[in-house]
Amino acid sequence: MAQLNIDRVSKSFGKTEVLKEVSIGIEEGEFLVLVGPSGCGKSTLLNMIAGLLDPSSGEIRLDDARIDDQEPKDRNIAMVFQSYALYPSMTVEKNMAFPLRMAGVSKADQKAKVNEVATLLQIEHLLNRKPAALSGGQRQRVAMGRALVRDPKLFLFDEPLSNLDAKLRVDMRTEIKLLHQRLGKTIVYVTHDQVEAMTMASRIAVMEGGLVQQLGTPAEIYDRPANMFVATFMGSPAMNLLPAIAGADGKTIMVGDQTLPLSPIAAAPAKGQTVKLGLRPEWFNLTGEGSAIVARVELIEPTGPDVYVSLRINGERVMARLPAGTEIDAGTERTFHVTLDKAPIFDADTGAALYA
Amino acid sequence: MRKLRGLAPQLTLLPSLILVAVTVYGFIAVTMVLSLTKSRMLPRFDRWEGFDNYARVWNHPRWEVAMENFAIFGILYIGGTLFIGLLLAIFLDQKIRAEGALRTIYLYPMALSFIVTGVAWQWIMTPDLGLERAFQIWGWDSFEFDWITQSEMAIYCVVIAGVWQASGFVMALFLAALRGINPEILAAAKMDGASGPSMYWHVIVPALRPAFLTAIVVQGHLAIKSYDLVVALTGGGPGFSTELPSTFMYEFTFSRNEMAVGASSAVMMLVLVMILIVPYLYSELRDGDR
Amino acid sequence: MATARNRASFERGFVYLVLLLSAAFFLMPLIAMIFTSLKSMPEITGAAGFENNTILTPPKEPSVAAWGAAWSSACIAVACEGLRSYFWNSVLMVVFAVAISVMLGAVNGYVLSKWRFRGDNIVFGMLLFGCFIPFQIVLIPMARLLGILDIAGTIPGLVFVHVCYGIPFTTLFFRNFYVTIPDELVKAARIDGAGFWSIFFLILLPISTPIFVVAIIWQFTGVWNDFLFGASFAGADARPLMVALNNLVNTSTGTKTYNIDMAGAMIAALPTMLVYIVGGRYFVRGLTSGAVKG
Ligand SMILES: Nc1ncnc2c1ncn2[C@@H]1O[C@H](COP(=O)(O)OP(=O)(O)OP(=O)(O)O)[C@@H](O)[C@H]1O
Ligand SMILES: [Mg+2]
Repeated sequence: MAQLNIDRVSKSFGKTEVLKEVSIGIEEGEFLVLVGPSGCGKSTLLNMIAGLLDPSSGEIRLDDARIDDQEPKDRNIAMVFQSYALYPSMTVEKNMAFPLRMAGVSKADQKAKVNEVATLLQIEHLLNRKPAALSGGQRQRVAMGRALVRDPKLFLFDEPLSNLDAKLRVDMRTEIKLLHQRLGKTIVYVTHDQVEAMTMASRIAVMEGGLVQQLGTPAEIYDRPANMFVATFMGSPAMNLLPAIAGADGKTIMVGDQTLPLSPIAAAPAKGQTVKLGLRPEWFNLTGEGSAIVARVELIEPTGPDVYVSLRINGERVMARLPAGTEIDAGTERTFHVTLDKAPIFDADTGAALYA
Repeated sequence: MRKLRGLAPQLTLLPSLILVAVTVYGFIAVTMVLSLTKSRMLPRFDRWEGFDNYARVWNHPRWEVAMENFAIFGILYIGGTLFIGLLLAIFLDQKIRAEGALRTIYLYPMALSFIVTGVAWQWIMTPDLGLERAFQIWGWDSFEFDWITQSEMAIYCVVIAGVWQASGFVMALFLAALRGINPEILAAAKMDGASGPSMYWHVIVPALRPAFLTAIVVQGHLAIKSYDLVVALTGGGPGFSTELPSTFMYEFTFSRNEMAVGASSAVMMLVLVMILIVPYLYSELRDGDR
Repeated sequence: MATARNRASFERGFVYLVLLLSAAFFLMPLIAMIFTSLKSMPEITGAAGFENNTILTPPKEPSVAAWGAAWSSACIAVACEGLRSYFWNSVLMVVFAVAISVMLGAVNGYVLSKWRFRGDNIVFGMLLFGCFIPFQIVLIPMARLLGILDIAGTIPGLVFVHVCYGIPFTTLFFRNFYVTIPDELVKAARIDGAGFWSIFFLILLPISTPIFVVAIIWQFTGVWNDFLFGASFAGADARPLMVALNNLVNTSTGTKTYNIDMAGAMIAALPTMLVYIVGGRYFVRGLTSGAVKG
């Protein structure tokens, strides 16, 4: 039995249905990341777990007790916001002590707990400052500190790193992950940064259009995307989708006039059926690995560690990722190789992946 | 339990809502009803007069004067404050030395009450002793400024005092709007060859549209309500030559014991305000909706 | 080249000229008031020895006698006790009216911005409309209500009236201020266990000083400067300063004592002018945001 159970939860604002019967079970100690494009309802779901919004229907249970009819403060859940939401008039110490103060904890215990958490987060020297006198990263830590002092059953993070600059973001990412390993608390973490999702999550829920498109470990999500949306949403540059026609033997697939072998993970489509073949950019190479495919080189974009190469295959634009220093000329036609052992195919109409 | 606590916000709003519901909406309704009765010294709701009171208001020579004055005062007051306010704002926006001090000087009349303004201007416009005497002593022997004693001209004295009091406010509105114009737009206009007056005429003044709207609405509704200024400056006189709707209403309600007629004139004033305000509020609330 | 520069400096000269002439126009009444209040009546009327006096000549023999008279011995109606007691009436009225209306406005603004409920915008619109009504439309029923509540003619009665018609403004101020405070602050506080009132008192009030200043200044000026309600509802003992000033100037019998009138006007104007000078920035913000939506 999962620790947090989101059971067929729907939410509508007026006539617009933002979440449609979303169900997710989260185990104790898990790090669940909710990803999805802007406006897909991630924050809405998080706010309902926290008790800031009431579900239109469905149940939310924490440790088998129904919480969706409880006040936020009675749920024993802490939340860290994108804007940090530090109380501007209070010092860092008062900010961190606030949940304890509201819970009626004695002054001495408040102080002890705040100091303990401040030490853990290395912000002891900031305790007497007001939020306005802190840098973005420091605010971020204080916001986490305020969540930690309460010792909650569950942590909710709503895009906590998106207001930080790129470098700090990477540092804090590591730090949150370490903190999670150390404390072993259950975390539900919202982001629309898919690198964050891949690196931090023990499981990822990819959301879109008010639905959970796929729920699984980062590897499952990346290697066996459930549909075209998940396939293209996770990974950068995005997975290429090429229209293809199933071959007669059930083992090959035709992209234009080029024949490629069907990957072992894919189900054999009926002969002549139109599907989409998913090709990740990093599967392309010039070293002869995998199957040959002829493409026209249109544009070359060096990024430092890699070279992104824009190709045209059978009239479709395709992105390939090759190691830096690869010698290649734009405007030429040439043969690439592509490893296809993990290449999924998708139903062209429904978008669902067809696995064996 | 949770539902009950969930009502705390609405409950805190309740006292104010009740107060406003009664003293704004309830009272408007009562006054409207009163305007249809035969109430004279005291309100009474048992003898009905229908719309005859409105006919009386409109046929009354004093109301005629009041409406004529209202038209003169309204147009000149709004026009005057807008013109002076805009002019001062544009001029102040030219990187003027001592801008702060000048702004303070233009705006301080807004802190005064209309009574003080009226009293001060009454004194200044007193013939023989006020400005008239000053100009004569300074050497302009034939200077005459005795409008306040002339029925034909006294309303313009009210205009002068009103414009003096409120131009600074309009200036502040426009200045804030000028400073709020996106500098990139100005830079772009400059690149396109606009400069000086043509810049103002074609680029800046159109960008002040919302400020114009606000200024007109606020000044217009002040013009309709305006009461204290006339009382202190002219007392409605000479005779009743500076009568305004507001003084008419007060006179009939409290001095002449014609409460129903007073109520009718009050309703007319509300109608005037509504014509001005309702479209404005409607658009503000619609656009302002987050 | 040179003519272009001449033209530019001519234009700047013109701008300064207009600005300075306007400043003179705006300052003139104040100067006339102050000078007149410091003169004796013979000097004002240009009697022998003062033939060249104008309203804008500085007093030759400055004296604060007129101020003293206006404060404590000028005759208003039948009593010859000056403006003093009316001044304190106004102070008393202002203190309570401002305190109550600002507090209610703060709470209302908090609810309307941070605890949205169905129909909250309609409620807000209804309140907003209250800012614009011509008060003539409520005078008659209000007189009656004050009678029923047994506070007719009293200072509490005036306070009540000013609170009723101040609430729309104060609510507008606070609501427009609180919508600029991120909602996440309130959400965080709710999760941290703070309730409706603790959020207001512990989180929002401490950061509300600027808007309190604006609302207080606005209400203070509005209530202090009010004439209509004072004239309509105040009994002889509760008359506010503006009504007394008008009576002093416009209904006294005998020869007009301009110096006392002007001293009285200055006494009535000083408190709000002081507020304007001290809190000018907030005063302007109040004026403009009272007029414009946030
Ligand atoms: N109070 C509300 N009233 C009406 N619609 C709302 C409200 N809150 C959210 N929505 C709508 O619900 C949808 C989901 O919003 P939500 O904030 O959950 O998105 P999100 O996935 O968190 O997006 P982002 O990545 O931009 O934060 C959006 O289309 C939003 O416009
Ligand atoms: Mg969000």
